[in-house]
Amino acid sequence: MAITKSITCRDAVALVSDYLDGGLTWRARRRLERHLADCGACTAYLEQMRVTVATAGTLTEDDLPDDVLNGLLDVFQKFHADPNAAS
Amino acid sequence: MDDEVLVAKMVAGDADAFRQLVARYHSTLVRVARYYVNSEATAEDVAQDTWIAVIKGAEKFEGRSSFKTWLLRILVNRARRTGTREHRQIPTNPVDPVQAQRFDEQGMWREPPQPFTEVVEGRLANAATLAAVRAAIAALPEPQQAVVTLRDVEGLSTEEVSELLELSVANVRVILHRGRAKVRDAVESSVRGGATWQ
Ligand SMILES: [Zn+2]
Repeated sequence: MAITKSITCRDAVALVSDYLDGGLTWRARRRLERHLADCGACTAYLEQMRVTVATAGTLTEDDLPDDVLNGLLDVFQKFHADPNAAS
Repeated sequence: MDDEVLVAKMVAGDADAFRQLVARYHSTLVRVARYYVNSEATAEDVAQDTWIAVIKGAEKFEGRSSFKTWLLRILVNRARRTGTREHRQIPTNPVDPVQAQRFDEQGMWREPPQPFTEVVEGRLANAATLAAVRAAIAALPEPQQAVVTLRDVEGLSTEEVSELLELSVANVRVILHRGRAKVRDAVESSVRGGATWQ
């Protein structure tokens, strides 16, 4: 059985995102890991993807336009001042 | 502060708790809504209407799921209804031609990515890198923008994203792969830009 068939860099890169999410079959994972063991470029790519995903996870608060925030706060305050009157 | 703590304060009428929740989630709501509706302006309206529904308790949070999941579900239901009214064509996952050109006929890198671990380690928390990632996500086409935002920014699982957006898990994975590849490219250019400049 040809389970040791090697993959190209193009194939390896296509697997990286699923690899990080644990979404690969064990066969695909093994193929990728074999490729990575010999390929510095794809290893760098994997590491960069890891850093990218980790950085995305630290983006929480975003700057909001004041008019959006103030408009919503206005609705909030009116509602809490008189829940029946607020429309 | 935990969402659940903020929600309890918000229900009690604490405007600052409400403001913090809006600051935390509003841009995510707009991005996810954009998948379903025709314009940025409509996505913004749907997101604001979602907050107003939350304020008025038209939708009651009962703590059966996390606040985040509950909020996103309200948003998606509203966005989907609006999109239907607009006869929105739900976009399919676009292929990025740039990605394919990175490899030669043998599937080898034309120009290998330069290892930037050393550079990034000191820069991970760097405002410029964060800004590059934020801008790259905001520039992604749908559905990549909604999927990357939910999975990587908000930390939902692939299964949760699949359920919320009614996409198969396999489809979510492909969308995520293409979206993340583009965001990584942006980080690489920002790091490379910094390195060249020195
Ligand atoms: Zn390779």
